[in-house]
Amino acid sequence: MYTLKFDENLCKTCPTCACLVKCQYLNLGIDEAKQEMMKIIEGEDSFVLQDCVTCYGCEEYCKRGNHPFYLITERREEKGILTSPRAITKQWINIGEPRGKYKLGEVKERVLSFGFMPEFLQLVEGRLFEDVMPSFVFGQEFFCNVVYIHFANTSIIKKRLPMVIDNFRKLGAQEVVCMHDECYGSFAHLAPAYGIEVPFRPIHYFEYLYSRLKALSDEIRPLNIKVAYQRPCSSRLCPDKHHFVKDIMEFIGVDLVDRTYQDENALCCGGIFGMAFGYELKDDVQKRNIDDMVEHGAEYCVFNCPACQNTLAEKVARRGIKPIHIIDLCRMAIGENPVMEVS
Amino acid sequence: MKDIALLLAEIVGERYVSDRPEEIYFYARDPGLMPPHKPNYVVIPKTTQQIQKIVRLANQQRIPVVPMGAGMSLTGLVIPLKGGIVIDMKRMNKIIEVNEKARYVIVEGGTSQGALKAYLEKNYPRLRHSIPDAPAAATIAANIMIHGQGRLTQQYGFNSDMVAGLEVVLPSGQICKIGSCSLVPGWFSKGAPLPDLSGLFLGWFGATGIITKVALKLYPKKKMRDVEIFITDREDLVPDIVYELTHTEMAEDINIFAQPLPMIFKDNHHITIFITGDTDDELEFKRKMIWGALDGFIKSKDGGFMSIPPALKSTLLEMPQRSVSRFADVKKGGGFEYSGPILLVERYPDCSRKLVELASKYDLAYSAMARIIGRGHCMMFGFSFTFNRADPDMMARVREALQEVSEYVLEIGGVFWKPTIDEQRLAIERMDPTTLNLMKMIKRNLDPNGIMNPGNWEVT
Repeated sequence: MYTLKFDENLCKTCPTCACLVKCQYLNLGIDEAKQEMMKIIEGEDSFVLQDCVTCYGCEEYCKRGNHPFYLITERREEKGILTSPRAITKQWINIGEPRGKYKLGEVKERVLSFGFMPEFLQLVEGRLFEDVMPSFVFGQEFFCNVVYIHFANTSIIKKRLPMVIDNFRKLGAQEVVCMHDECYGSFAHLAPAYGIEVPFRPIHYFEYLYSRLKALSDEIRPLNIKVAYQRPCSSRLCPDKHHFVKDIMEFIGVDLVDRTYQDENALCCGGIFGMAFGYELKDDVQKRNIDDMVEHGAEYCVFNCPACQNTLAEKVARRGIKPIHIIDLCRMAIGENPVMEVS
Repeated sequence: MKDIALLLAEIVGERYVSDRPEEIYFYARDPGLMPPHKPNYVVIPKTTQQIQKIVRLANQQRIPVVPMGAGMSLTGLVIPLKGGIVIDMKRMNKIIEVNEKARYVIVEGGTSQGALKAYLEKNYPRLRHSIPDAPAAATIAANIMIHGQGRLTQQYGFNSDMVAGLEVVLPSGQICKIGSCSLVPGWFSKGAPLPDLSGLFLGWFGATGIITKVALKLYPKKKMRDVEIFITDREDLVPDIVYELTHTEMAEDINIFAQPLPMIFKDNHHITIFITGDTDDELEFKRKMIWGALDGFIKSKDGGFMSIPPALKSTLLEMPQRSVSRFADVKKGGGFEYSGPILLVERYPDCSRKLVELASKYDLAYSAMARIIGRGHCMMFGFSFTFNRADPDMMARVREALQEVSEYVLEIGGVFWKPTIDEQRLAIERMDPTTLNLMKMIKRNLDPNGIMNPGNWEVT
């Protein structure tokens, strides 16, 4: 079985303990943070194991290359600590079970991976993806399963992720353009953290989009709109690709409003919070987040993750902000219509 | 018997009478599992007076009469078990009057759910009726006759509780008005403050008379609707969850479903809660109350609100829901039948376990679907099986499973809903003798010749 490569000494010698100190949902000073992190490392009980809301933020806050959130997840699983109600956990694990109902396009060495998000089947229409489509995969057989860190279950990831990687290998994929942060994060960051070999090059779709926009630069008309970006939890698994949001916005003439809850301070969409912890946390986070978008004059809310979009689209629309996926925004910049409804 | 066809043609016109085999074939069966039986004639009247004449003729000739809406009960209630005349009510489909301020509508006995829904949406957008999850062709009169349930059942009870008056053609051929309309022009009450005579007809499946007009209560239609789904893996907690939910008085409707496929539904019980509001604030207030009522279950990790994919949400918000039709084709071949007894909500865990046991025993695809009636006063629990009509063995297994359900339901204190004739016999056998005697007195007095939908509620 694969085990997490976690360097205790990096934590013991860490001058900031930023993983917990910067947490937006737990209130810890540096001394307490160090103390609790040591307890977690030693396998002792820590309130963090009970109270962590699974925002994934600590994976980004740690600049020393350790994996605090994966460790928290491992310890929770060892101790049988549930993050979400059993029924929710079971439901999500059932959804991801391979059933032989995957879809394959005309798979080539470079392939788009939609994981198990059907929204991407629509979103990749048009010229932005014409140099790779119809080379795509979709279905549980290609679903990275990393979402189960929300549910304190790394066993299922360790069991399924190698099979998923093997499915790509069998197709002869050399480059996998991941349409979701979690997918990219799993191949580029989580798999190496667990010593799982990845026999292809994962590419984040932001990087792909950016290069396509450059290729289509003659057709770009600046959109001249003000947008707020809804950063998803899974972006914390691959913070090295976050800069592409700004790069893309600049390139298509979009003003990314400088708001409170962005970059490292981004707030979760609240979807997982509602399922796991109930109304209050979800409502509080969503209100603060959307108020912040409104206060900073955003006309559009740009989504990266379709799940965030499903959770927040109606809510931002009710506040006068148009929800849109980043791919649709890029599509607008080259004169194409969005494929998902913009209300 | 040929003369009868001519006599019927004199009443309704030649076009609207048939004894042709290709038409008789369809009127011999319903979409469920009950064996077919052919009528001798089918007649499609247009007026109450025509129905009077048909019934008088049937009485003279001692010919059975079976009134029929859309024929979708699935339990064979309009299969003409002793032949005779099927009276297809579909041409009597006028929406006669809407009293907006008093919130009721008067419709003819063959008016469909879909027609009323469309009419209200177009002309009275602030009014609605309780729409059952039956195809839109199902009729209002048939639905109240079987004590159907719909989207407002959690708030207001059975759809038959929403009746505000009736016009009935008695087996003698007389027209009888039931409720306030028997005394004054307004159709605002089916009984109170008078003796409530609607019970002489509702639930009798046409064995005591033919409903030719129905006044139905209408309710405020809010501008917005939404749905939440609370899931738990513990069936024993469902009654407590429902109790907390109904206490809030915030839900429009509460349904529960559990089924093994697709995988998103495996292992859990799904309590579907519909909410309505005229403003975002109203809707959000109700949502907050509902989530708050179940917070204890979330904190104990015994249940939570699931994220609803957009496609599922739009399916759930449909009225009626077409997902039932999709379930009917799970096994390909389009067969679907359920037994939907009315029971105490506390029996949910027993029913749920029994359904899984029966599905395993008879190797059947299944779905549990329960609808909360009133503020948890009782529920309809649907033991649903799907089957391939081209597979007689599978159909036989479904029949056997449903027979076991019938026995089981009585054991655990349930009452059959829209019972098959076998279930009616079981009910008659076990009913309180004095009650049964009262039913006999009613039937003998109203239908002394036993011509009305014979085979159903044969108490005499």
